[in-house]
Amino acid sequence: MSTNTDYLLAVEDLTVSFDGFKAIDSLNFYVDHKELRVVIGPNGAGKTTLLDLICGKTKASTGSIKFKGQELTSLPEHRIVWAGVGRKFQTPSIYEALSVRQNLEVSYPQGKTVFGALFFKRTEEVKRKIEEVAESIFLTDLLDTEAGLLSHGQKQWLEIGMLLIQDPELLMLDEPVAGMSVREREQTAELLNRIAKGRSVIVIEHDMNFVESIAHKVTVLHQGKILAEGDMKTVQADPRVIEVYLGH
Amino acid sequence: MNNLLSMILGKRGLGGVLILAALILVVLPALMGIDELNLAGRYLSFAFVAVGLVMAWGYGGVLSLGQGIFFGIGGYAMAMFLKLEASDPESTSIQTTPGIPDFMDWNQITALPWFWEPFNSLVFTLFAILTLPALFAWIIGTAMFKRRVSGVYFAIITQAIVVILTILIIGQQGLTGGVNGITDLRTLKGWDIRTDEALFILYYVNAVLLIGAVLLGMWILSTKYGRILIAMRDREDRVRFSGYDVANFKVFVFCVAALMSGIGGAMFTLQVGFMSPSIIGIVPSIEFVIFAAVGGRLSLLGAVYGALLVSYARTMVAEAYPQLWLFVIGGVFIAVVMFAPYGLAGLYNKYLQPRVDGFMSRFRKPEAPVSKTLDAPTTESTEVQR
Repeated sequence: MSTNTDYLLAVEDLTVSFDGFKAIDSLNFYVDHKELRVVIGPNGAGKTTLLDLICGKTKASTGSIKFKGQELTSLPEHRIVWAGVGRKFQTPSIYEALSVRQNLEVSYPQGKTVFGALFFKRTEEVKRKIEEVAESIFLTDLLDTEAGLLSHGQKQWLEIGMLLIQDPELLMLDEPVAGMSVREREQTAELLNRIAKGRSVIVIEHDMNFVESIAHKVTVLHQGKILAEGDMKTVQADPRVIEVYLGH
Repeated sequence: MNNLLSMILGKRGLGGVLILAALILVVLPALMGIDELNLAGRYLSFAFVAVGLVMAWGYGGVLSLGQGIFFGIGGYAMAMFLKLEASDPESTSIQTTPGIPDFMDWNQITALPWFWEPFNSLVFTLFAILTLPALFAWIIGTAMFKRRVSGVYFAIITQAIVVILTILIIGQQGLTGGVNGITDLRTLKGWDIRTDEALFILYYVNAVLLIGAVLLGMWILSTKYGRILIAMRDREDRVRFSGYDVANFKVFVFCVAALMSGIGGAMFTLQVGFMSPSIIGIVPSIEFVIFAAVGGRLSLLGAVYGALLVSYARTMVAEAYPQLWLFVIGGVFIAVVMFAPYGLAGLYNKYLQPRVDGFMSRFRKPEAPVSKTLDAPTTESTEVQR
């Protein structure tokens, strides 16, 4: 029997039910170190719920989620972040009243306690790191712009940047290119491939062209269970996948 | 220290602080007789609560309709000390039990209750004023925010606690002075607080402490904590999933607001010479929120002006038509919410500031653009939802 500590993330026998409806049903799901995994599936397959469970937004009914051997299901959300899990939400979730720079600063992984935040110093190191991240998410020129004024695509990038500055070992992105232009999608694919070098990434996405441009390994969810898993070609050729998802 | 100063100076708010300081330290004392000044001092003791509410409600999204709790704790702590000093055996020799406060004697209490004992000490009293409100806020805040109770539910619970507190005070007449409150306060360590000179000095102590509270608020808002506060108000989930224990951040700002309210309460007692449940009940607790709303809930300075103006209006209206006040204040609140959600500060930023800036820039050499202050309302859309 292989031990699940070999994986960065090991989800085992995970079930969550909402009023009897099993959104995730006895799911086993493993992500390796430095792996980029794409999760696809029809609406209501449980993709977002899976991310919610991993980051602690939703509590599991039964089952376990182990990250680097540490059980996540019993940890409060902020501890899961401290453990090294970052989560991007489906709709861009940024602080619109703050500037891009302030958004990144708030996400900086220091001063996470009340007094830590009160006496947090904007050192050169902090400024350098913010500028570095801003450059990677194509927002260098907009650092002092109020985040509420950014375009939809730029907001998506900013949220990715807010996660990058935390330097998580596992990054979870829920539909990162939704609502983006073709050009923005290309830039995002490039960004994701760059990000994925140093860490594991889980991406939920509907856009098959985009999935092809980034995917190494694809997991297809259907009704809370895994329908198929493998590289893009195998999955696309799987008759069951075509039946429930790709055929539409 | 230099760093701290430059942080405050770097904000545009400092000019506003200087104007406020000039107004309450120079202009008001110069123009007013001692009775009027004492009245202004009373209003300024309410301003502490309003400043605290700007922090907790305006920036942190923690709306408390129960700031009277903390104003009351500070005020009663001070009143208990002063009452004990006024109840020395000599001046209470006609009582059945000399040496205890008169209302206890009327209620057939023959010994000082245990929780009154420590208030014989001024040091303990001052310590209590600075810690008890915050401690109480910490207990309420931890109990609520750790369970993710927030928004309107939190507001209702704070309101309920105010009611409980006032009922408790009124019901335990022998221990608390009941509905009359603690009255007939005379001296502070032998210093008569009822003389004109004392009232004048107390006004200044109050004013200086208030400016200190505003500066403390400005400093807190200038730190990373201040940004997180705004972030939390607008997108609590994102803050949580950026690795912050949101509950702790809310508890802290609630404690800061309580601390300020407690100091205000103590200054009220000193300047007015009594403390009673009518000062801390539901209506005053809601009035505190209206002070902050009228002044502008995103403006620490606006809160002070809001407290001054609304309180002054209250005195005017209540003298002429006592029944009318509640309707007036309700109308004012609705008008502010509908037409000026950022209060006076919002109106100033929108209409007056561009002119002031234009006027000032004629005298100034062009310089680097000043970074936008947080006082300015930014995104209406995220705001209005709250």
